[in-house]
Amino acid sequence: MPRRTELKHILVIGSGPIVIGQACEFDYSGTQACRVLRDEGLRVSLINSNPATIMTDPEFADATYIEPITAEFVEKVLLDQKRQGFPVDAILATLGGQTALNTAIALHDAGMLAKHGVELIGADIPAIQRGEDRQIFKDIVRDIGGDVPDSAVCHSMEEVRLTVEQLGLPVVIRPSFTMGGLGSGLAYTPDDLERIASIGLAASPVHEVLIEESVLGWKEYELELMRDGADNAVVVCSIENIDPMGVHTGDSMTVAPAMTLTDREYQDMRDLGLKVLRAVGVATGGCNIQFAIQPDTGRMIVIEMNPRVSRSSALASKATGFPIAKIAAKLAIGYHLSEIANDITKATPAAFEPTLDYVVVKIPRFAFEKFPGADPTLTTTMKSVGEAMSIGRSFAEAFGKALRSMETKNLGFWTLPDPDGETVEEVLAAAAIPTDGRIFQVERALRYGATVAQVHEATGIDPWFLDQIVLIQSVATEVATAKELSADLLRKAKRYGLSDLQIARIRSTTATVVTERSIREVRRALGVRPVYKTVDTCAAEFEAFTPYHYSAYETDPAAESEVAPQRDRPKVIILGSGPNRIGQGIEFDYSCVHAAMALRDAGYETVMVNCNPETVSTDYDTSDRLYFEPLTAEDVLEVIAAEQESGTVAGVIVTLGGQTPLKLAGILAAEGVPLLGTSPDAIDLAEDRARFGALLAAAGLPAPAFGMATSFDEASTVASRIGYPVLVRPSYVLGGRGMEIVYDEPSLADYISRATEITDESPVMVDRFLDDAIEIDVDALCDGTDIYLGGVMEHIEEAGVHSGDSACVLPPITLGRSDIDKVRLYTERIALDGGVRGLLNVQYALKGETLYVLEANQRASRTVPFSSKATAVPLAKAAARIMTGSTIAELRAEGMLMTVGDGGTLPAGAPVAVKEAVMPFHRFRRPDGTGVDTILGPEMRSTGEVMGIDAAFGPAFAKSQAGSYGSLPLKGTVFVSVANRDKRSMVFPIKRLADIGFTVVATAGTAEMLRRNGMQVQVVRKHFEGDGNVVEMIRAGEIDLVINTPYGQSGTRIDGFEIRTAAVSADIPCITTVAGAAAAIQGIEAMVRGNVGVASLQNLQAGLRAAVAAENAGADAFSDTFVTGTVPAS
Amino acid sequence: MTQNPAVAAVLVLEDGRVFGGTSFGATGTAFGEAVFATGMTGYQETLTDPSYRRQVVVATAPQIGNTGWVAEDDESAGIQVAGFVIRDLSPAPSNWRATSSLPDAMSSQGVVGIAGVDTRALTRHLRTAGAMRCGIFTGDAVVATGDMVAAVRDIPSMAGLNLTDEVSTSATYTVPADDTAPDLGLSVAAVDLGIKANTPRSFAARGITTHVVPASVTVDEILALGVDGVFLSNGPGDPATADHAVALTREILTRRIPLFGICFGNQILGRALGFGTYKLKFGHRGINQPVIDHVTGATLVTSQNHGFAVEFPAAASEAVATEFGTVRVGFSSLNDGVVEGLNCLDVPAFSVQFHPEAAAGPHDASYLFDRFVELMRAAAEAETPDLARSI
Repeated sequence: MPRRTELKHILVIGSGPIVIGQACEFDYSGTQACRVLRDEGLRVSLINSNPATIMTDPEFADATYIEPITAEFVEKVLLDQKRQGFPVDAILATLGGQTALNTAIALHDAGMLAKHGVELIGADIPAIQRGEDRQIFKDIVRDIGGDVPDSAVCHSMEEVRLTVEQLGLPVVIRPSFTMGGLGSGLAYTPDDLERIASIGLAASPVHEVLIEESVLGWKEYELELMRDGADNAVVVCSIENIDPMGVHTGDSMTVAPAMTLTDREYQDMRDLGLKVLRAVGVATGGCNIQFAIQPDTGRMIVIEMNPRVSRSSALASKATGFPIAKIAAKLAIGYHLSEIANDITKATPAAFEPTLDYVVVKIPRFAFEKFPGADPTLTTTMKSVGEAMSIGRSFAEAFGKALRSMETKNLGFWTLPDPDGETVEEVLAAAAIPTDGRIFQVERALRYGATVAQVHEATGIDPWFLDQIVLIQSVATEVATAKELSADLLRKAKRYGLSDLQIARIRSTTATVVTERSIREVRRALGVRPVYKTVDTCAAEFEAFTPYHYSAYETDPAAESEVAPQRDRPKVIILGSGPNRIGQGIEFDYSCVHAAMALRDAGYETVMVNCNPETVSTDYDTSDRLYFEPLTAEDVLEVIAAEQESGTVAGVIVTLGGQTPLKLAGILAAEGVPLLGTSPDAIDLAEDRARFGALLAAAGLPAPAFGMATSFDEASTVASRIGYPVLVRPSYVLGGRGMEIVYDEPSLADYISRATEITDESPVMVDRFLDDAIEIDVDALCDGTDIYLGGVMEHIEEAGVHSGDSACVLPPITLGRSDIDKVRLYTERIALDGGVRGLLNVQYALKGETLYVLEANQRASRTVPFSSKATAVPLAKAAARIMTGSTIAELRAEGMLMTVGDGGTLPAGAPVAVKEAVMPFHRFRRPDGTGVDTILGPEMRSTGEVMGIDAAFGPAFAKSQAGSYGSLPLKGTVFVSVANRDKRSMVFPIKRLADIGFTVVATAGTAEMLRRNGMQVQVVRKHFEGDGNVVEMIRAGEIDLVINTPYGQSGTRIDGFEIRTAAVSADIPCITTVAGAAAAIQGIEAMVRGNVGVASLQNLQAGLRAAVAAENAGADAFSDTFVTGTVPAS
Repeated sequence: MTQNPAVAAVLVLEDGRVFGGTSFGATGTAFGEAVFATGMTGYQETLTDPSYRRQVVVATAPQIGNTGWVAEDDESAGIQVAGFVIRDLSPAPSNWRATSSLPDAMSSQGVVGIAGVDTRALTRHLRTAGAMRCGIFTGDAVVATGDMVAAVRDIPSMAGLNLTDEVSTSATYTVPADDTAPDLGLSVAAVDLGIKANTPRSFAARGITTHVVPASVTVDEILALGVDGVFLSNGPGDPATADHAVALTREILTRRIPLFGICFGNQILGRALGFGTYKLKFGHRGINQPVIDHVTGATLVTSQNHGFAVEFPAAASEAVATEFGTVRVGFSSLNDGVVEGLNCLDVPAFSVQFHPEAAAGPHDASYLFDRFVELMRAAAEAETPDLARSI
């Protein structure tokens, strides 16, 4: 059947901010969907609160709403489109993760779909409910002859206890309708059960948990399936988890295709998967089904399904070359699988099952170091923040590549010294508990003499994978003991995934240290180089037209490489940002994708190198060529060499993918690779504290006083010289790692005592901390002559909160024209003196009249997508053009940049955009089950961000909160407890809340102060003061908003900890700064007044551009773009 | 387990191209037609499939031997392929049903293998140059390239080769219906042109008794069995040489006995209807092959293994008049349009080029056995056997 012609306008729902369990894979899927639907000539509207996504770029939809993803806002969008004469025909919610699916259910439940005559395509509500409701789903599986774990659905703790009496411990607890396994866990003891089940009941929007027979240690598999409207269905990919059942699949190392199934077993799984797909009734599109297999008997059970495109779908798409989301979008509008062409072969249809002639390994990336005290045990709740995927011609090759793609301290086996005196018993015992890096314990255990059987017994990892590690070890032994490295031996080592660095470490002895570089030179001299193969969906049965490559080593020195010559256009190689982590995520991928788009338009052949399967950059449609490779010096240099052989490489871009490619700048330059944009020396200038300090001093720009110390005495001397409070941090880390604000000498002593890694080589930095200063973030472009201020962002929280965790507003709401002029002047000085060619990010602190320079980064920053969207200028595209020789004047002339003015001179009526960070605190627990502290500090811990945009700050802030944490309350009870130094500034905000009608509850000290200011306040006990205390009130749902600033002056004390964690558990807003409270109250007022409307980014940007033009012409013409989305009473 | 200590081996193609590797399984030499198979599972079923007789199979899946050897998964009495070419051999098998390892099974049955080959480059070469003769030479058998190429060119080409006698059973044997299946009281004569074990199993599961008969069977012998239908199995070789099977099929069609052919059997039915057959450039060998059922419009993912195909004298959408009435194309490949099945509209006969019995491969087409059972049931109940109704 060809496409349904009656569908003319589709609303796509995105997935919102990046959170654990729902990351940029949904930008990839949503972007594909938008592309496909528009190519089909349909009108596409989009709602997504996440500005860092490619899908929310204005060119990907006809109307893009950066608005909170709630039923309420979706309805406003429907009305806004209808008002403009474009009624929405259908909603596509299966490509936006659990967020989109839950919103679709909410729309349905509220009767809004029927009311507005909008159809849900891709999945219908009953199918979603059959797939997501665990009991219904299990019944379906049993009905079709499948097996499931014994279990019962419970709605209360009493039901939970009764169930466990029958099943026995351990049991698995899974809350219904949560994403990424949130709130689930494995209970071994009655205490575990009480704790996990109560959290699970609370986490489930329907207060429902499933208590299930434990299948811990069973083999775990996933199938990715697709079905069309005529009931044709295919399995796109099978995935086997290396970590057995008990570890969330998102936290497991996985491999595709499945490695340890015979055809009989695989076909049984396939049959069952197809039956489940049909019985649940996923109308069209993709779904993911998980299976567990008892390793000794082969008993196969169905664990769960996602009736939508998932994280695994993104992985499966990248692993096979079969674009699941793209096909799902086509199926949703009526096409059948056999009517859709396979992009890669062009000649054959999508109605087939991809077959792989390579092995794919995915390894998750964790961030436990950011959450001190959090339990690092891997469970059924997903805790990883990113992942890397690799492709090789054997498991060993792919595995080695995946391990070195992680960019952690551990760059693969044998690259870190073994722990002193570790015994085989100790390491086996440790490996029995799944944690980040368990595979290194497994490797050591095998090397110390444990048998494959013993390690299998301890970990449940299938012996097949353990045998592979033994095989890799035997190759390493051969490399270690060889008299000299022959071409044959090196080729063999490479075939088993050993990097030059690993070989260097293996060949090093106490007497001689072999460097990675010397191995590289030997290898090249011997002619041992990789070839590049192609991901083609069909194991070479048909010709592939998509240059999607991966490296491999073959035994034949003259082995065939599939990189095609291309000599007509110069090439630009863009290095991506690797696995997502806190501090480096989708925002950097965004800039890389923009560079690819801009440079392709400018006539270059674009070549992308990246290893993150979740991203848009690793979609083979994004660049002209894609290399799915680790971002290490070795792997990148080989790609560059291959591309240089196939044509002319104009240069490599290292400044858009965050620290990952930036770190490679030096070595690439040393190898003679042409780098585009800011030079490695200029990059180093900004990173080197001393050189940067000298630059600032020479330019006469103020910076906070600082010093370095290698002991407490030195630190204390520095601190007294520059004055408390001080910001202390190790000098060798990035992203605010280990950073604290210290208010007095005892806390300084405490910090030094905990910072054990301080040595002469890695001293501690002591900076003056600017208390109560306003922090300002600037993104700017520089072409060597001119600068262009992309965006000037004012932080809402005061200085001291990491810029990535702080909410900020653009244009600034409290800065004067003279402040911004000063920001421009300073930025220009730093850019020009620092030799920037491309993007620059500078952080300032404004204290009184003095503007301090905190730091500068000569690269794309996390805020580039936000600035770009708020100011209607594609900054990363412009940066890529500047790097390839265009000037700011030229880019202004062609309209890529504003023809006059810039992000620092936005017209008076410009919309106000607020960026809010999203924190993952509720994902982490301490080993005793209590939550981790939620206080914001100088160390970044957010995983993602949302944008709220509106005509004024209040509604924009309200939207940013609704998009990130759920809407601010409009009535109810506010609990206030603030530090003494904050009491004065809290009076007016709290009074405003009382005037709006909030009941105010406070601890004694705060209450006394508020009463003296004429407010009615109810006093409540502190949490340690016994019954009826505030924590109990929060848990009982009696509090709707918490305002709690920390009493302590030291980051090490945890006053208010219980209150804040209780608020996070209860899912109510918890504000920890004065400025945050003021902003929240403006937001609440805006919503109470009811003037929170919606506007599409296209209209906002058109309005902004018109206003710039009008202001230039002397008029004030900014139109009233926002329309209050008041919903007519039904 | 047996792991040859890296004995060198080479794969030599008739066009002179040589691929290096190491020996596994038996040592010595092996000759045959080089074909690539793209299934990611089922190497054991592939190796024991008689249709691969005299072929050297190249596995495009890069990790082979992972699940070892499972005695109960053999599709025939033993390994049928002439040789096996792979990229990486597992150091040890891992599967709860495994009874042995792949290299041990190959060694004990004298089957030569070569590992470490750049199978992707080889596949790309075969895709472009077409299936061709090849030889695997291991250890001492490795001699001057010219001599090895000459040896390869000495073996007969697949075109014109009759291999039925090599693979067919010498005596009739019976596979009874499963006790657990409903007893339909029906039986089928399966002409063994290279039959796989899963075919009688598929009948048994449907309550049908199968008499597996030698390829040399006569129509009188079949009539004497009192069966309700005749099944033409898969098998190796050039269908143009299968004159006896074609003649037998014509007898069956004349008597309006329900008939179902698969793979080689599809080509036999084609020839019996008067159509020609031809050799494909590199064939269809994989378990991900999409076909369309022209009757229902459904897309099936099928298991395929064929180097020859039926030449239909009209467009796939057209009906063709034959000596046995009107015939239509039942299935076509969605990849390249090759005829993948024939439906006779006036006699109770149909055939498919792919493998509804799977093993290895998906079960999407298993309903074709039900279609055949329905055809036999209708005939047995003296209704007019009508394929259209069975569908």
